[in-house]
Amino acid sequence: MRIPVSWLAEYAALPADLSTEALDAALVEAGLEVEEVDDLRGRVTGPLVVGRVASIEELTEFKKPIRHCWVEVGEAEPRSVICGARNFAEGDLVVVALPGAELPGGFKIGSRKTYGRLSDGMICSASELGVSDDHDGIIVLPEGDVGADARPLVGLDEVVFELAITPDMGYCFSVRGIAREVAHRLGVAFTDPVAKAAEPKATAGQPFPLSVETDGCTRFTLRAVRDVDANAEAPEWMAKRLTQAGMRPLGLAVDVTNYLMLELGHPLHAFDLDALEGGLTVRRANPGETLTTLDDVERVLDPEDMVICDATGPLSLAGVMGGQTSEVGPTTSNVLIEAAHWNPVSIARTSRRHKLTSEASKRYERGADAAISMLAAQRAADLLVEYGGGTLVAEVADVDRREPIAPIVMPVDLPSKTIGVEYDRELIVAMLEAAGCEVVGGKVKEGTVEGGDVFTVVPASWRPDLTDPADLVEEVARLHGYGHIPSSIPRAIAGTGLSSSQRRRRRVARALADNGFVETYTFPFVSRERADELGLDEKDPQREAIAVLNPLDDAAPLLRTTVLASLVNAVKVNLARGARDLAVFEEGLVFQPAEGWTELDLVALPVSKRPADEAIEAAIRRLPVQPRHVAAVLCGQAVPVGVGVPGRAVDWTDAVEAAEVVAEASGVQLQVAQGEAAPWHPGRCAELRVDGLPVGHAGELHPEVCDRLGLPKRTVAMELDLSALPAAGLAPAPVISHFPATLIDVAVVVAEAVPAGEVESALREGAGELLDGLRLFDVYRDAKLGEDRKSLAFKLELRAADRTLTNEEGVAVRDAAVAVAAERFGASIRV
Amino acid sequence: MSTENEAGLLQPEALARAVKDAAAAIESAANLGELAAAKSATLGDKSPVSLARRAIGSIPGKERGEAGRNVNAARTEITAVYEAREEILRAAEAARVLREETLDVTARTPRRRQGARHPINVQMDRIADLFVAMGYEIGEGPEVELEWFNFDALNIHPDHPARTMMDTFHIADGEGGFGSNMVLRTHTSTVQIRTMLTQEPPIYKVAPGRVYRTDEVDATHAPVFHQTEGLVVDEGITMADLKGTLDHFAKSVFGPDAITRLRPSYFPFTEPSAEVDVWFAAHKDGARWIEWGGCGMVNPRVLRACGIDPDVYSGFAFGMGVERALMLRHGITDLRDIIDGDVRFPAGLRVEE
Repeated sequence: MRIPVSWLAEYAALPADLSTEALDAALVEAGLEVEEVDDLRGRVTGPLVVGRVASIEELTEFKKPIRHCWVEVGEAEPRSVICGARNFAEGDLVVVALPGAELPGGFKIGSRKTYGRLSDGMICSASELGVSDDHDGIIVLPEGDVGADARPLVGLDEVVFELAITPDMGYCFSVRGIAREVAHRLGVAFTDPVAKAAEPKATAGQPFPLSVETDGCTRFTLRAVRDVDANAEAPEWMAKRLTQAGMRPLGLAVDVTNYLMLELGHPLHAFDLDALEGGLTVRRANPGETLTTLDDVERVLDPEDMVICDATGPLSLAGVMGGQTSEVGPTTSNVLIEAAHWNPVSIARTSRRHKLTSEASKRYERGADAAISMLAAQRAADLLVEYGGGTLVAEVADVDRREPIAPIVMPVDLPSKTIGVEYDRELIVAMLEAAGCEVVGGKVKEGTVEGGDVFTVVPASWRPDLTDPADLVEEVARLHGYGHIPSSIPRAIAGTGLSSSQRRRRRVARALADNGFVETYTFPFVSRERADELGLDEKDPQREAIAVLNPLDDAAPLLRTTVLASLVNAVKVNLARGARDLAVFEEGLVFQPAEGWTELDLVALPVSKRPADEAIEAAIRRLPVQPRHVAAVLCGQAVPVGVGVPGRAVDWTDAVEAAEVVAEASGVQLQVAQGEAAPWHPGRCAELRVDGLPVGHAGELHPEVCDRLGLPKRTVAMELDLSALPAAGLAPAPVISHFPATLIDVAVVVAEAVPAGEVESALREGAGELLDGLRLFDVYRDAKLGEDRKSLAFKLELRAADRTLTNEEGVAVRDAAVAVAAERFGASIRV
Repeated sequence: MSTENEAGLLQPEALARAVKDAAAAIESAANLGELAAAKSATLGDKSPVSLARRAIGSIPGKERGEAGRNVNAARTEITAVYEAREEILRAAEAARVLREETLDVTARTPRRRQGARHPINVQMDRIADLFVAMGYEIGEGPEVELEWFNFDALNIHPDHPARTMMDTFHIADGEGGFGSNMVLRTHTSTVQIRTMLTQEPPIYKVAPGRVYRTDEVDATHAPVFHQTEGLVVDEGITMADLKGTLDHFAKSVFGPDAITRLRPSYFPFTEPSAEVDVWFAAHKDGARWIEWGGCGMVNPRVLRACGIDPDVYSGFAFGMGVERALMLRHGITDLRDIIDGDVRFPAGLRVEE
């Protein structure tokens, strides 16, 4: 909402010395957010004066007709000015920017030679001055003193505030509402613009036959004015205010309705009375009915849309936008003015259904003041009579179906209890009355001592947002000023700190960062093609994804089912920027559709009371499963070649180690087994398990995946389901032996297909509790071992808690270990 | 060698000469190898003092005592010279080894990869720590959420104008159409609802998390961003408590000089509602009020929808953008630096002081 200060000042008695900053502060304190202060006084700098065109010489030797004018600007001699416009005559008053002036856009005026003549200034159009986007020639002033400052005449003596209006302050989509707020804030008088007209009573006859047939219309009023001058324009002051408020003057009847909408916050509509046939009917639309609205769109109406019709059908989409057939135009002389009030929800739905927001719908949706419909129509009629020379038709229509406004009962101490400020009874009453409310009960009346424990409050007709005691509390606090609210801190309660899973999340992220991984996060939106790029099998459950109905990027409508699916995007960004060696990780939610969710019933939950637990459970069953995953990707060199360092490219072991970092930080033991899953290399993929349950994978990515995603060859990755990792639980303290260890190496020969990890497990099991450490240190293949055989060499570290082991004991443990491996895999000791 | 000659070695002059010669030989040894040779020559079996000791047997018994003492004195003297020399040469040798092992310690290629956490997450952890210190607990919730949690329960009914204010990502239903009744949460206020449904007051909770709105990426907007939601429900909670909590929060994020200002505003789920501005003295374009977030007293309608009696309990809630605070604190002018995944950003921005 754009509001010129002079308009505001007409209804709020602003102090003469009020600075722009002070007004700005008052608006902000009232809850009106100032988006912009448009100081028109600074838009044109330097001399801008009223000039009279003394003579015009038409120059015809150029490509387009050019005028060479002599213009009197209050100096001894007229000035020579070249002008390309032709909409003025000798003797006209025009706006002249003299050398030294600067127009919007940094356009400096100087004295210069052009078209073979001296141009010693510029005759300006409205768009050149930045007062409107009107390009139709230069401004011809109706009056003015030659040589005087032209700014006041073209509206450049104004400061315009642009305000953001919150949905609960619909009444501030008007000068009336803003003036009321500002007057209260500054403690100055407020004059209600409504007082400018007297409300007429409905007459037996109607200005035009009318039938209101829908309960969605709360009030419908009509006034008519005949024999209005079809060519009449809005008076200068009105046109100026409309322009400053961001609307274009279009002709008297339309301008009057727009002007009053801005001033009163009540939308109006002007019909061409002669274009109407039969009578007006206000009803819901019939299915399939169409209407071409003023924006030139033919709309198929919904049975819930409200329309105003005549005998030919719908004329206008009620409360939202008029139609083309009945619109006032350049030949209209008989005007029918409609001021109506509509059900806000119905207007909101129509507006949303047709994706059509208008100045009218914006106001109706937030609740216009139904009490002033008739007054608004009357003022419009008055202005048409005054400036269009029309005759007021005696008949008045006023179909009034307003319900009385429900009073709100508020405990007297509620504002103080809610805000933490001691408001006394008088102050509360004063603030509620400043909000336009009527305090009908609980007020201390003259001659009484007590007023009771509650206030009974009838909200103002323009405040449909006030329905609850809490709304009144806000009015008291707001109008008294939020600045009075002190600062206190609630007493600390006995909290329990971060939960174990929250602590684990931090440890995991920290551990990965400390191990050389950079944390990043990616938008979880992925393309439909990503599943193919990752080489997911047709039946892979990771293909089952939730789709966003209205994605920003139509190419990425799905929510990721793995973190890797989006994390690779960050890898690509870094590669594109020249990075080669990367180690990145992300932890975040992934989204897996709940099984059969599309078949589950939508459960409607109430808001008037707490829904039953069963209802909540049934409702949330449709939500996707959203576990927290962590994924890491590495490519390039794990250790770059350097002084005394041979360098090492990342390989699958780095990915497994990243998973181990996560497991270690989570306090769980990771088991690594040979795995096979997309997007990994089928032969270089480790399945990661905890307590035997799979929790993720790590390894080298499939070469084709790297290819399709544009990742370097041999890029490696891991992904773990953090939510699936069991709680670590309390660990018993380790037994620390004070005796030296016995070290024994053992090499066992097994078939090539036997995974080393499983041989290791077998050895551990066989060695029993004397085993303190076990490490694979060599894998050896040789024809002498036999076809498809390999030798795995392990170091065993044996230790007892209470003694130094003898050699014999050590050998016995070794043999016991090998015995289990022999039994399971046919392993034999290599000698 | 004749016995007479050997006996001659016992002469005091001869011994004195032997000592003098030995000292000269030892002193002239330039390294431990030469010293070993000199030792063998001066103190070894064939050295003059050893031969002299052997010659003692060949002289008359009564002279042996003195001769023995003389030989021993000579030997002791030579040994002392030797030991002194050995100490010097050993020290020189050790010094040489160390000198030769000297390297250019600036000629080094780091082998360790540098990792880092993302500043947004670090910032959220910091905020969580602040509130944990005040007795709060940390709440969590899903990012795909039922509309009831995101809107209805927060007093944003289907026709509410605020439902169009928030540009919401809707989840497609089974046929790819409208009506799944699910959205990507537009605010962390959903966690308020989940908390109040499952927990009895007193409730002191903050919920840092990721939220979604249909904003195209530019220097100040992103469709995915982070908020910290706060919720307190207890007996006797006032808007002054909210103000005090925000003041404390602001000082932690923006420094000890930060002060807050509440501006009347509107949110369906709070009544009264306010925008929070912070006086940010360190702003790169000069000290000023900056918009920080929204807050208010929990609307009794919201309490009721969650089964909490508004006649007994009152509460406050607030929600702050994490990115915005990070940008202000560190003078980041383009949000895209935070979100585009470039590893140089987390690696280069230390959020912890």
